[in-house]
Amino acid sequence: MKNIKFLTTALFTSILFIGCSKDDAPQPVNEEEVITTLTVTLVPNDGSTAITLQTRDLDGDGPNEPDITTGNLVAGVTYRGSIVLLNETVDPAEDITEEVEEESVEHQFFYTATAGLDVTTNGENLDSEGNKLGTVFTLVAGAVSSGTLTFTLRHEPTKPNTGIDDAGGESDVIATFNVAVQ
Amino acid sequence: MRNYALLILLFSSITSLSQNCDNSLSGIVTDIHDGQLLTGVTLIVAETDQTVQTSLDGTFSFANLCNATYYIQVSHPYCLTKGFTVKVYGDTNKSFKLEHHIEELNQITIEGKAYNDNTKTLLENTINKEELERFSSGSIGDALKNLSGVSALNTGNTVVKPLINGLHSSRVVIINNGVRMEDQEWGAEHAPNIDINSVGNLSVIKGAGALQYSGDAIGGVIIAETLKVPVKDSLYGKSLMTTTTNGRGLSLSSQLTKSYENGWHATLQGTVKRFGDFEAPDYILSNTGVYERNLSVKVGFNRFDYGIEGYYSRFKNEIGILSASHLGGAQDQVRALDSNIPLMIKDFTYTIKAPRQDVTHHLATIKGFKRFEIFGKLSFQYDFQRNNRLEFDIRRGDDKEKPSVDLELDTHTVLLDLESSLTDEIGLKSGLMTRYQNNFANPSTGVRRLIPDYEMYDLGVYFIVDYQLNDQWLLEAGGRYEYSYMDVFKFYKTSFWESRDYDQRFPEIVVEELSTQILTNPQLNFSNGSGTLGATYAFGEDYKLFFNYSIASRAPNPSELFSEGLHHSASRIELGDLSFNSEIAHKVALTFQRDSDKFSININPYINTISDFIVIEPTEVQQTLRGNFQVWEYRQTNAQLLGVDVDASYVFAENYRLKSQFSLVKGYDRTLDEPLIGMPPVNISNEIVYQNSEFNNIRLSLQSAYHFKQNNYPNTNFEVFIPETQTRQELDVSSTPDAYHLLNFSSSIDVNLNQKSKLTVGLRITNVLNTSYRNYLNRLRYYADDLGRNFLFNLKINY
Repeated sequence: MKNIKFLTTALFTSILFIGCSKDDAPQPVNEEEVITTLTVTLVPNDGSTAITLQTRDLDGDGPNEPDITTGNLVAGVTYRGSIVLLNETVDPAEDITEEVEEESVEHQFFYTATAGLDVTTNGENLDSEGNKLGTVFTLVAGAVSSGTLTFTLRHEPTKPNTGIDDAGGESDVIATFNVAVQ
Repeated sequence: MRNYALLILLFSSITSLSQNCDNSLSGIVTDIHDGQLLTGVTLIVAETDQTVQTSLDGTFSFANLCNATYYIQVSHPYCLTKGFTVKVYGDTNKSFKLEHHIEELNQITIEGKAYNDNTKTLLENTINKEELERFSSGSIGDALKNLSGVSALNTGNTVVKPLINGLHSSRVVIINNGVRMEDQEWGAEHAPNIDINSVGNLSVIKGAGALQYSGDAIGGVIIAETLKVPVKDSLYGKSLMTTTTNGRGLSLSSQLTKSYENGWHATLQGTVKRFGDFEAPDYILSNTGVYERNLSVKVGFNRFDYGIEGYYSRFKNEIGILSASHLGGAQDQVRALDSNIPLMIKDFTYTIKAPRQDVTHHLATIKGFKRFEIFGKLSFQYDFQRNNRLEFDIRRGDDKEKPSVDLELDTHTVLLDLESSLTDEIGLKSGLMTRYQNNFANPSTGVRRLIPDYEMYDLGVYFIVDYQLNDQWLLEAGGRYEYSYMDVFKFYKTSFWESRDYDQRFPEIVVEELSTQILTNPQLNFSNGSGTLGATYAFGEDYKLFFNYSIASRAPNPSELFSEGLHHSASRIELGDLSFNSEIAHKVALTFQRDSDKFSININPYINTISDFIVIEPTEVQQTLRGNFQVWEYRQTNAQLLGVDVDASYVFAENYRLKSQFSLVKGYDRTLDEPLIGMPPVNISNEIVYQNSEFNNIRLSLQSAYHFKQNNYPNTNFEVFIPETQTRQELDVSSTPDAYHLLNFSSSIDVNLNQKSKLTVGLRITNVLNTSYRNYLNRLRYYADDLGRNFLFNLKINY
């Protein structure tokens, strides 16, 4: 008898548990660290119009392809480049470059031009330990040529390094642009 | 019972009037479990009050009985007293079977007996306490993979998931102390949340035949039970300590039990494990440490005809995931595969950094049973589980300390089971299950939910009948029906929603449209039937043949239904499908068994045909700002798995035993006519054991395990554009690692400290030759070698 009483009590307790559930619609998640947009601004030292290279993928890892804007360089001109990273899934857009610069020791930008493209690049700004960070750089356009230019942001690379080949780490951004020197 | 006896006595006395009364009734009394003859059993003929006891050879004999039906009460100090009706005609021979408890309490598991057979027509493979203790510092998966037909799906060496006959995750059901584990088991990198030291007996059923637990175990069922408690005034316990050279860690586990003659008992058990970075033969596997802390308490009261038990366990595990496995896109994967060594090797440390998992599992259960003379044993169980899974990725800025995955899964289950004997030959098990589940994905992670918030309701009913036709044949049949209803709130990316035409197919489930996401409310129903039909044929002295057919259906899991995005630990984009239906498996298994002290062998061929089998496979490469990612989409197909498992044990000289094992499984996608991905390669293991109970129970063993190369796999390679070289390069993710051979040594010796305490000292060496190898079933095989040599020093004190 005692057992039956107990069983009934337990059964009712469990039904109570089951009975009280919340039924609120969940909150949407705003992705805080997605990089949707990389913008490279190249300011020529001859005072002519700046060139903008941009890749923008508003749905992140969703099925849509990134929108890519590119531009052409002028032979013999030296450009001062700067890179801005944005998360445009939130409003207002979040400037991820600031985060990267705050954690400068853990990040580095690399610039890779393919063999056919005659440009030379050099990272200009440094991290807090005096190694390269590279959100600011110079680019010298050589002879008339064409190819691709790739910007790679590595997270936790080996520092110092001699370039992307021995940098290791994990790629946070890989953005490739078709570029011509005219 | 006495009333029953009187009643029978009343009726039978009428029929026995004026009859010839010089017949005898003789026979034997045996233990129902192992057929052992029982001595000192008291038999009373209710009608005549004649009393006899079984002699030393288990026989008894009554004289001067009439041609009539008698009621005979059979009792034994350690058995449940049973009544039998016997028809005597002439000199009659009759054997009785009692449930003998070997001085141990009848623990409350669902079947009412500790370590009972869970299915009668499928072979159960069991790992006993001694074997489990050897794996005290490892995990349940480490112990299970030593059974034939069971392998391990690893993520590194600390996340070990059991794989039964080629199937894993949602297709393998784990029952812990009578409770079906609900611990986000769908994830291939989610290890079972059970402390191996809390388990007293571990068994594997390679099929869906154990219908009292579930109908969706297409791969099989793993049953972990706690230790039995004796029915006497006692206080005892044990402590186990293991230190290892690889991982430079320590595992400590203790257990203390107090029991009383009156049926009360209590057990307290706890485990702490701490390991630093493990090592491959040539380098440190950075960030592979583990920190595990577990506790369990059990309090119960047991009598032969009723009992109640409460159990609570808390499992907490922090696991580091190999740093070198954390990658961006496919370009990073190319670098990792091109390198022979991990891309990140740091100095040894105990610190566990991101990427890491931090999982806590609470399990509380209350169960009781009562035996009723008329309809059998009724059991009730309520259990509650809370699983909190945190996964930390390498993140930036303010999010560094925040988990990327934060899931809380609560499960409440109520079970009602009835076990009855319809006649001496026919047994019936039946029951009812209701379950409520609530999954909450914390939005504060700042990462879109891996699986959505949902509530799920389950209802299940089952029955299993077994019929002992004669001494040779036993037949079994069972059925189970399960209904589940899922109420889901899921945010889809608008771009995905439209690319899948979900806006055309499921417009009715949209709740709200946000700027880049759509909130939906899918409500899904699944009705699943399953069944089993089997027979066991015993012949000769030691031979048995098991035949079993089972049909099992499994509803798709949340990941298969709702995935839509980057799965970081797999470095790929995974896409589920909202329109999946249940997969249905037909499995036919045969087992030939020879079981004797000198030579035992099991040969177990099987064929498992699965329609609407849910597989995930690569479909395209997607470009994102993080680089290229391979897209893996879930798809339903028809699959077939065929295989054979062999175990043998042969005593070839006194104290020497040779143990051999062989497993083979082949999996095919019958629709595309290609092999299934991730099938275990053929493996053979041979072990020589020397054990001498007269010399401090010394035990020495040397095991050789050979794992073949898997030659059957689908080609899932793809091409990636490498900006540095301006070329497209093939990324070989499908090739399988070479065959490898491992030698393992194990030894132990017992020392009696005093009358009550015993010390066992042991030394194990795994991978004795320090072989460098990669295992096809290790998800991190692309990035690093497996473990190198490891010395494990064990101390165990029983007190």
